Amino acid sequence: MASLDDLKKRITSVKSTQKITKAMKMVAAAKLRKAQESAEKGRPYSDKMHNIILNLSKNINDKKNAPKLLAGSGKDNVHLCVVMTSDRGLCGGFNSNITKKAKSYFKKILDSGKELKIVTVGSKGFDQLKRAYREYIIENISFKESKNVNYFDADKVGKMIIEKFEKGEFDVCTIFFNKFKNVITQIPQEQQIIPLKSEKSGDENDVMNYEFEPEEDEILNNLLPKNISTQIFKAMLENSASEQGSRMSAMDNATRNAGEMVEKLTIEYNRSRQAAITKELIEIISGAESL
Amino acid sequence: MSDSFNLEIVNPEKLFLSLDNVSEVVVPAFEGDMGILKDHISIISFLKPGIVKVFTGNEVKELFVEDGIIEFSENSLSILTSRIIDVKEIKKDDLSSMINEANEALKDENLDDQKRFLANQKIDVLNRLN
Repeated sequence: MASLDDLKKRITSVKSTQKITKAMKMVAAAKLRKAQESAEKGRPYSDKMHNIILNLSKNINDKKNAPKLLAGSGKDNVHLCVVMTSDRGLCGGFNSNITKKAKSYFKKILDSGKELKIVTVGSKGFDQLKRAYREYIIENISFKESKNVNYFDADKVGKMIIEKFEKGEFDVCTIFFNKFKNVITQIPQEQQIIPLKSEKSGDENDVMNYEFEPEEDEILNNLLPKNISTQIFKAMLENSASEQGSRMSAMDNATRNAGEMVEKLTIEYNRSRQAAITKELIEIISGAESL
Repeated sequence: MSDSFNLEIVNPEKLFLSLDNVSEVVVPAFEGDMGILKDHISIISFLKPGIVKVFTGNEVKELFVEDGIIEFSENSLSILTSRIIDVKEIKKDDLSSMINEANEALKDENLDDQKRFLANQKIDVLNRLN
C-alpha cells in the first residue's frame, strides 16, 4: 500500500491537473461562442452562392460544354482528398473522427484500384495520417499563425486545388471536415466539391428565368472557383466551432474525472491515516498491558 | 406604393448590410455600371472592382467592392463579395497597400486578359478614391 506521503502527493497532482482542464474548458467555452457566431454569420454567403450556382447550372442546357469544375474531367481515376483538422490537440475525438472517416474512404478508393492523393489542412491530421499514408500525402498546409479563421486562408487552399485540377492532377476532389451540430455532437462529413454535386436536383419546378450578363458560362467560369474557396471556408468555420465544442466537452469530462479521482484518493488517504493511528494505539495499549 | 426593394450584401465573414428601403442601387457590373430599380427583371451578373452606390431616401451610401456576384429576383437584390469597404471608412494606408497588391499582380507575365483588365480597373478606382 502506498504511504501517506505518496497519497498526499498524488492528490495535489490530480488537483492541479483538474485546475488546468477546468481553465481549458473555460477558454474553449469562450472561444466556442465566437466560433459558433462566425460559423452562423458565414452561412448566408455560402447558401446564396450555392443557390446562384444551382440556378445557373439549371439554365445550362448544353452539359457537354459546361465548365470542367462543374461537370468534371470526365474521368474518375485520381481522387484528391482534402482532410481538414485542427492544429492543436486535447480536443477529444475531434481529429480522430475526421481521420477515421477519411481512412475508410481512402480504403475504398485504393481497393477499387484508383489513385489517391491527400492534402492535409491542419497539423494534427498530418500527424495522424503520415504513418499509414505517407506516400500519398502531397501537401500539408497549416494555419498556425492566423488567429482566427479568415477567408484569405481558405482562398489560398481553394486556389491551390483549382491549380492542381487545371493541371489535370486529379479528377475528383472531396473534403473532410466536422460539421458542428451542437456542443456534444459533431458529425464528420465528406463533401465532394469537384465535380460539383447538385443535391437538390428534384425541385425542377422553381427554375427562375434569369437574365444573364455576360453569358451563363462566363459567369459560371468566374463563379465556380469562388465557390470552391467558399466551400472550404465554410468547412473551416464549421471545423473551428466543432473543435472548440469538442474540446469543451472533453475538458469537462476530464475535470469531472479528476474530481472523482480526488475523492477516491482522499478516502484512501483518510483510511490509511486512521489505520496508522489505530495501529499506534494498539501498540501503546498492548505495551501498557504487558507491564 | 413605395418604390423601394430589399438589399442584402454578404461577405464570407458576415451579413455586411441588410436594408429593406432601398430606392436604387448602382453596381459596377462587368460590362458597365448598372442601375437597379424596383421591379427590375431577374438578373445574375458579376462585378468588377468599383463603387456600389446605395440610394435610400435622400441618403447615398458608397461602398468599394473588389469583386462579387449580384442576383436580383422578386425585388430583392443580393450582392456577394469577398471584400467590401465603406468608402467613408477607407484609410489611406489600406488604399496604398491595395494598389500595391494590384500592381504586384500585374507584374505576372502569364496573367490572362480578363484578370489584367480587372487589376487595372482596381487601380483606377483606388486612385480615384485616393
